Amino acid sequence: MDANLVQEAIQNVNLQAIMPSLVLCGFGMVLLLVSVFSERGKTTHIAWLSIIALIITGFISLNAWNNPQAGFADSVLLDNFATFFSIICILAAGLTILMSDAYLKREGYPIGEYYPLILFTTAGAMWMASGTDLMTIFLGLEVLSVSLYVLAGFFRGQTKSNEAGLKYFFLGAFSTGFLLYGVALLYGVTGTTKLAGIAAYVRSNPDIVNLNDPNMMFIAGGLLLLTGFLFKIAAAPFHMWTPDVYQGAPTPITAFMSAGPKAAAFAALMRITIVGLEGMHADLTALLWVLAVLTMTVGNFIALSQKDLKRMLAYSSISHAGYALVGLVAWNEVGFSGILFYMLVYTFMNMGAFAVLVLVGKQGEENLTLEGLTGMGFKKPFLGIALCIFLFSLMGLPPTAGFTGKFYIFAAAIKSGYVWLAVLGVLNSAVSLYYYLRVMVFMYFKDPQEDFSWVSINAPAAISIIISLAGVLLLGILPGPVMEMAKLAGF
Amino acid sequence: MQGYSYLWLIPFFPLAGSIINGLFGKKIKNEAVIGGIATLAIFSSFVVSCSYFFQLLGDSVKVHQNVIAPWISVGNLQVDWGFLLDPLSVVMILIITGVGSLIHLYSIGYMHGEVGYYRFFSYLNLFCFSMLMLVLGNNALVMFIGWEGVGLCSYLLIGYYFEKKSAGDAAKKAFVVNRIGDFGFLCGLFALFWALGSKGVWTLNFVEISENAHLLQSGGVLVTVVTLCFFLGATGKSAQIPLFTWLPDAMEGPTPVSALIHAATMVTAGVYMIARMNILFAMSPVTMMVIACVGAATAIFAASIGFAQNDIKRVLAYSTVSQLGFMFLAMGVGAFTAGIFHLMTHAFFKACLFLGSGSVIHGMHHGYHHAHLDDDPQDMRNMGGLAKKMPITYWTFLISTIAIAGVPLFSAFFSKDEILWWAFGSTRGHWGLWLVGAIAAGMTAFYMFRCVSMTFWGPQKTNPKAKDHIPESPWTITLPLIVLAFLALVGGYVGVPAILGGANHIHHFFEPVFGHAQELFKIEAHGSHATEYALMAASVLIAFAGIGIAIFMYLKKPELPGKFTAAFSGLHKAVYNKWYIDELYDFLFVNPCKKIGTFLWRGVDVKVVDGAVNGCAWVIKGIGAGLRYSQSGYLHNYAVAMVVGVVVIVGYYVLG
Repeated sequence: MDANLVQEAIQNVNLQAIMPSLVLCGFGMVLLLVSVFSERGKTTHIAWLSIIALIITGFISLNAWNNPQAGFADSVLLDNFATFFSIICILAAGLTILMSDAYLKREGYPIGEYYPLILFTTAGAMWMASGTDLMTIFLGLEVLSVSLYVLAGFFRGQTKSNEAGLKYFFLGAFSTGFLLYGVALLYGVTGTTKLAGIAAYVRSNPDIVNLNDPNMMFIAGGLLLLTGFLFKIAAAPFHMWTPDVYQGAPTPITAFMSAGPKAAAFAALMRITIVGLEGMHADLTALLWVLAVLTMTVGNFIALSQKDLKRMLAYSSISHAGYALVGLVAWNEVGFSGILFYMLVYTFMNMGAFAVLVLVGKQGEENLTLEGLTGMGFKKPFLGIALCIFLFSLMGLPPTAGFTGKFYIFAAAIKSGYVWLAVLGVLNSAVSLYYYLRVMVFMYFKDPQEDFSWVSINAPAAISIIISLAGVLLLGILPGPVMEMAKLAGF
Repeated sequence: MQGYSYLWLIPFFPLAGSIINGLFGKKIKNEAVIGGIATLAIFSSFVVSCSYFFQLLGDSVKVHQNVIAPWISVGNLQVDWGFLLDPLSVVMILIITGVGSLIHLYSIGYMHGEVGYYRFFSYLNLFCFSMLMLVLGNNALVMFIGWEGVGLCSYLLIGYYFEKKSAGDAAKKAFVVNRIGDFGFLCGLFALFWALGSKGVWTLNFVEISENAHLLQSGGVLVTVVTLCFFLGATGKSAQIPLFTWLPDAMEGPTPVSALIHAATMVTAGVYMIARMNILFAMSPVTMMVIACVGAATAIFAASIGFAQNDIKRVLAYSTVSQLGFMFLAMGVGAFTAGIFHLMTHAFFKACLFLGSGSVIHGMHHGYHHAHLDDDPQDMRNMGGLAKKMPITYWTFLISTIAIAGVPLFSAFFSKDEILWWAFGSTRGHWGLWLVGAIAAGMTAFYMFRCVSMTFWGPQKTNPKAKDHIPESPWTITLPLIVLAFLALVGGYVGVPAILGGANHIHHFFEPVFGHAQELFKIEAHGSHATEYALMAASVLIAFAGIGIAIFMYLKKPELPGKFTAAFSGLHKAVYNKWYIDELYDFLFVNPCKKIGTFLWRGVDVKVVDGAVNGCAWVIKGIGAGLRYSQSGYLHNYAVAMVVGVVVIVGYYVLG
């Protein structure tokens, strides 16, 4: 290698830019060792150490707020945007770990590696959010995905968990193929993998994105690249893995996947479309419009006929990705910061709902169906009310955060003139009322068949529910300060 | 406490109390603890309010805002969670927390043994929180939260004995009638927001509204419409014509609730709201005239109904409606200070009267309970001679009655007299308004002394079995009575008018709030001292006449009222039945509404709407079920779907 290049690369290293994920990975590796030397079946201390690791990482991340750090020859940029998403991922990971410990023991897999894997996933997610080069983003995506494949199939004795891991792996690999092919094509045209470089190339050659006579390679490359991330956020028609994987994976991991990694995929998708493919914006709008509507409609409509709660929430998660895409269509400040806000809100409300399910499930979770919740609201009032609040938020009813989140996103769409998109979004929310409310009907309007005596509320899980409740209500009643932060973090 | 940054503590304490009792009250069970928590909460607010009151007294700047957090920030609109402390709101919070503390203390004994004791105190604290938000809010939205909050608590507390149908009905009536008023309030709010916004000032902040009111055309249609809408809101909350019918029914609630919510605080919210936006109202002479006329009409109309009621609480309820009429009369003639002054003295004497009536009911109930009788403990025809049985209740009740009658040197004399003087002499007043007000004051003296005569004087008409078992109430009940009676006695001395050698402190205190509007629109009471003395003498004479007639008719010649009703049976029946206003409203509004509702339900809703909705739901479920089959579970199908998706997307761009 050219000595000058090496010299330059060393100078460009700025460890500050990857400090949070570096620390997290360090903790992850140490905890792997700890779990090796721990007694079998004892994992609680690893869970708490992971929480400490996440808290430390959180503080290190916040250090970069309003103090952006670029590094590695500008292939990493830890700016407010990355920090905001890092915090979301850390929150998601923390809430997951809190609800996991008792759950793993109940299901018979108290294995320490579980927690480091979550930390590695989180580190990968943070790289995705801070990457400004397609290569670093890809690196993050792979770290995240490989850890998640393992986590989805973590209950190695359960067929459905194996199925989830395997399906996720195959389809993930498949979509990564598209993604890499897209990267290759873009590199072929522009000669760079840096987002800023690609954007600069398009600016100096505006004709390549002119749809009357486009550069096929560039357009195809951009679209294939997006496809890879649309798969990760589970946008239709790349959503089909979601229900099977979400249903089969361990429930806390399902919750985690729907919040943290999804937020990271949104971060990468946003940075790529807004920075890298800025020139293609005019061409992409129609596509994103259609995908947003398709995604929310498919998610909501199929959710209507689901009886299994995890599967229902999987479809619900698809529809929420559709709502968030509306912010990208709107293509304005409120829309972008609205997505950030929504991802945070979604983390709280969805993780909270899953945390309740984690507690209500029996071993094997055969009872996590609508019928299984019959009368739960009266037998377990705290869990009942908490689940109701989370569901109200998922519906988008005030004064919960789900309402403010949707409000910002739809308001952004209207501001940019996409009135019909907002109308379709609101209509979709109305459809979703049916399946969310039906849960409450079963919880409160049917006589209890069982006494739910197997449900014991352990402290860590209760903490995760309470944190989620606080988030849902606080962001619903006082959205101002956080929305201001989201504006500072947006583009 | 330096500055005004701890204002939030004032509403915080009762909110915390409400939450504690609401969540854990059922588990706590111990009445003393539950009542203690609630009373301590509101008393803490009172202490904080007092300290802020004295701080404000010593402060040269009289208007302070304190913003806790931003709330809504959309476009040009910025609404905060903010508080406003000025002489007006400080007087209100002192009344709410002070009278509120006494009534909480009273309730500890009064509600003893009731089912849902914790529920009562939780609601009562929640009410105080809402009311404090209403008066402390620095913008109309925070005020509206309080406005709706007190309405909700009023509904909950009127319907406290919800297993009684009449209580449930009364609660619903109060709520529905208040909704009409709230509709007016909201219309006014939107109209004002739009009106100021079209001049470039998008705000809901009271201080900014006052500062920018000049942008609107004074006396114009717009400002008249806005203020009339607000006034409609005020008539609902403060039980004025035409929306007063809910208040007498609201007496179904426990008596402390009647005292706190339906006499001292919530029902004065309308008066407060007008005072808060006095500059807007001053800009529209038409609205002011409407307010003055409605106030005067309500004062005399409600007083007339008070003549023929036999339920002790109903007499007081109509008296409240009538006294609120006086306050609106004051607002209408621009006597803002006098109106708030009367609001304050009224809070003292009317709370005392209600609590006194509660003490009487408590005693009567005790007697009936002892004798296993099922008579109505609130019917004054079964009372009489209670003065000896319950001396403390009697004396406090009597002091408050003398006060409300307008006897010189008692509190209401000063406040009512100032209202009447302004009604006559104000640039916005009229001698006709004075005349109606003075007659209503005389009528007040009459029916209140009728009430005292029937309850406390003369021979005891209680069922002999129960007669000797009517005790005086315990100290938690009598202590608040004594304090309130004392205030009813001396509360007027903060506003002794200049012609009686007083300094009229309250007038100067309110100068920063009302002075601007009064100066700008030249609203003042003018006239010679001679006129003022003459009017004062006239109103005192009328008051004594009313007292005299009452004592003569109900004490000296007890057979007179019977003869009187026999001679004018039609008139008596009409008055007894409240001039058939409820029946009239049923005929004019309620029944037609029900008919329209039935039509919309049977005709439109069931056939058209439900049909469409069920059709949609059926179609959507069908689509959902159909789409479900796309989810085969086979990996290769999913992969094919992805490939098709990619091919279509890329193909569309590359080929299209």
